[in-house]
Amino acid sequence: MGYLLEVHDVSKKFGDFTALNKVSIAVPKGSVFGLLGPNGAGKTTLIRIINQITMPDQGGVILDSEALQPKHIKDIGYLPEERGLYKSMKVGEQALYLAQLKGLSKQEAKKRLKYWFERLEIGDWWNKKIQELSKGMAQKIQFVVTVLHEPKLLIFDEPFSGFDPINANIIKDEIIRLKNNGATVIFSTHRMESVEELCDHIALIHQSNKILDGKLIDIKKAFKTNTFEIGINPFQENGFENELISRFKTSKANYKSIGDELKYNVKLSDSDSANDLLNFLMTKGDVCHFVEQVPSANDIFIQSVKSN
Amino acid sequence: MNHLPLIIKREYITKVKNKSFIVMTILSPVIMIALVAVVAYLSQINNNAKREVSVLDDSGLIQSVLENTDNITYSFLSNMSLEEAKTLVEEQENYGLLYIDNSTDVDTLANHIKFYSVDSPSLTFIGSLEDKLGNYLTDLKLERLNVNIEQIRASRVRVDIAQESFVGEKTSKTDSIVKLVFGGAAGYLLFMFIIIYGNMIMRSVIEEKTSRIIEVIISSVKPVQLMLGKIIGTSLAGITQFIVWIILGGILMLIVSSVFGIDLMQSQLTQQELINQSTNTGVIAFEVQQVLVAFSNLPILNLILAFIFFFIGGYLLYSSLYAAIGAAVDNETDTQQFMLPILMPLILAVYIGIFTVIEDPHGMVSTLFSHIPFTSPVVMLMRIPFGVPIWEQLLSLGILIGTFVFTVWVAAKIYRVGILMYGKKPSYKELIKWIKY
Repeated sequence: MGYLLEVHDVSKKFGDFTALNKVSIAVPKGSVFGLLGPNGAGKTTLIRIINQITMPDQGGVILDSEALQPKHIKDIGYLPEERGLYKSMKVGEQALYLAQLKGLSKQEAKKRLKYWFERLEIGDWWNKKIQELSKGMAQKIQFVVTVLHEPKLLIFDEPFSGFDPINANIIKDEIIRLKNNGATVIFSTHRMESVEELCDHIALIHQSNKILDGKLIDIKKAFKTNTFEIGINPFQENGFENELISRFKTSKANYKSIGDELKYNVKLSDSDSANDLLNFLMTKGDVCHFVEQVPSANDIFIQSVKSN
Repeated sequence: MNHLPLIIKREYITKVKNKSFIVMTILSPVIMIALVAVVAYLSQINNNAKREVSVLDDSGLIQSVLENTDNITYSFLSNMSLEEAKTLVEEQENYGLLYIDNSTDVDTLANHIKFYSVDSPSLTFIGSLEDKLGNYLTDLKLERLNVNIEQIRASRVRVDIAQESFVGEKTSKTDSIVKLVFGGAAGYLLFMFIIIYGNMIMRSVIEEKTSRIIEVIISSVKPVQLMLGKIIGTSLAGITQFIVWIILGGILMLIVSSVFGIDLMQSQLTQQELINQSTNTGVIAFEVQQVLVAFSNLPILNLILAFIFFFIGGYLLYSSLYAAIGAAVDNETDTQQFMLPILMPLILAVYIGIFTVIEDPHGMVSTLFSHIPFTSPVVMLMRIPFGVPIWEQLLSLGILIGTFVFTVWVAAKIYRVGILMYGKKPSYKELIKWIKY
């Protein structure tokens, strides 16, 4: 599987401020690529460079094996974080205008808009002005406008902000559907649960530098600490805890449960395996909870950012 | 991909369909005409006020001079002292009392005419009274000196210096006035156009920023294209508005003058008759002819071409700056600090046009400012009717176009950076930094 988008050693300075410092990412075709990072890390600058809104000082961008150039505008759909529509323009006119700017003919744009408006059940908004719609409604139109020209690469910056859970789900399903139809998605957000849910790959940018990237699964494997969360009802309470602590590196755990078992986090040393721990526990009591602690995207994010 | 026509179309259509734009387009000429009509009407009422003036003429010489007019009636008092007359006139609430002392010597008489009134009388009234009495007493004095008045009148000579340039072009005073009106109108039109529609461009850029659509748009089009599209689209809307104003204003003028204008025309006619009576009709015909000659003397083709080029050049120069300001700020209140440097050269240009070009259209100051790009459109347009060599016009236009390209470049830089900047009011220092990005 090849890469749809490759960013090579891109640097960008604004005056004395370095927004990006030799950042490289590679987005595989057909993937959902999470672009993560704290506020002000340089994500938006990178996205703007991919959209040819700003030019990089150094480095290059390759889209579908070609150096990025103005004709690629029609291959990219971009939903910026700072988004809006002309308030006093009618929904239909506006969507047509924006679609035509992306290179669609008027007839084609009209046909596709009809399809999308019916699909999202917003057909009767055609003649309304944006200022008459709620924020969520306007967001839906914005989403349609972003994907209408069926671009190869979709870039969503915080796509779910402003949506209620039901509409957020509709949009999420649409994103997955677009991906299954062959689109590649770059997804920038601070909501880690949607990263878990959607992203195959992630890259983490912090203070203008890329500090982490790869497949989400591989990153999780790299970040796991061999820690297990256990729950046990020991046969003999006396001495159990001391025995456990002397045998393994242990700390108190806290997870939600309906019983009153004892809860611990156990970090295994390199010489121990999960089975060793389980065997030990089974001789001491009834095990009712045994889970490997896989780091969440949230943990990885916080840990990476703090350690840098 | 060239989206310029699409952007121009959108800008034009949204502007023209905008409610306040439509209202302004229709209402402005109505309001203007109504204002003119009201002012004309009010001043007419004022002129029609009846004034009763009492006259106490102890000399007995004046009575024949003061004839009643539509607005002023004179009543002549006799057989009473000045004090009695004053009390009487005050009681009658007349406009005032004209008192002429008794004297046989004309000069003494002239120095002892007094007007008593409650409030100080109107200037025009006193003026016309002074004229009448002065003329009469002059005649009287001449008569007493045994001079034939008819002869003096007949021997009055009117001088009209014929002006001609060394190459044989005939000019006249009327010529200069016609030129001045032409140039002034062109320069002033440009000035108004820049201020009104420059502001409109600025607001439209700010609107795109505040509605946050800008990032969506410029992921599809180049900022320079967007800026030019805005400028051209808004200008077309402006031209449309101007044309509607001219047509509507013309029609309204016709209507108003046909409804109210009858007595206006009449009063003009009577004035005309008065002039006809007092002066030679041939003179008026001559003057009309002179105006016509002056028109035909104007370099019409040159004027039209120069108007088109300087107008477009000057307008684009300024509107690109307006667009840059719009991009640099978040809302309209923040624009103040940047407006002054734009307005200064414009106002300067108009003042130079009015005060310097009239006096000396080819002097150092006029020539200089008709080449400085920020003032040249206005000043040059005012100068051209007086005849400016083609090479000078081309030079000025060349400088203007060069500067225009430069300002568009600078404005585009500011625009490109500015439209994505939110939340802070930029200083000049920052703007310069943006240009360097």
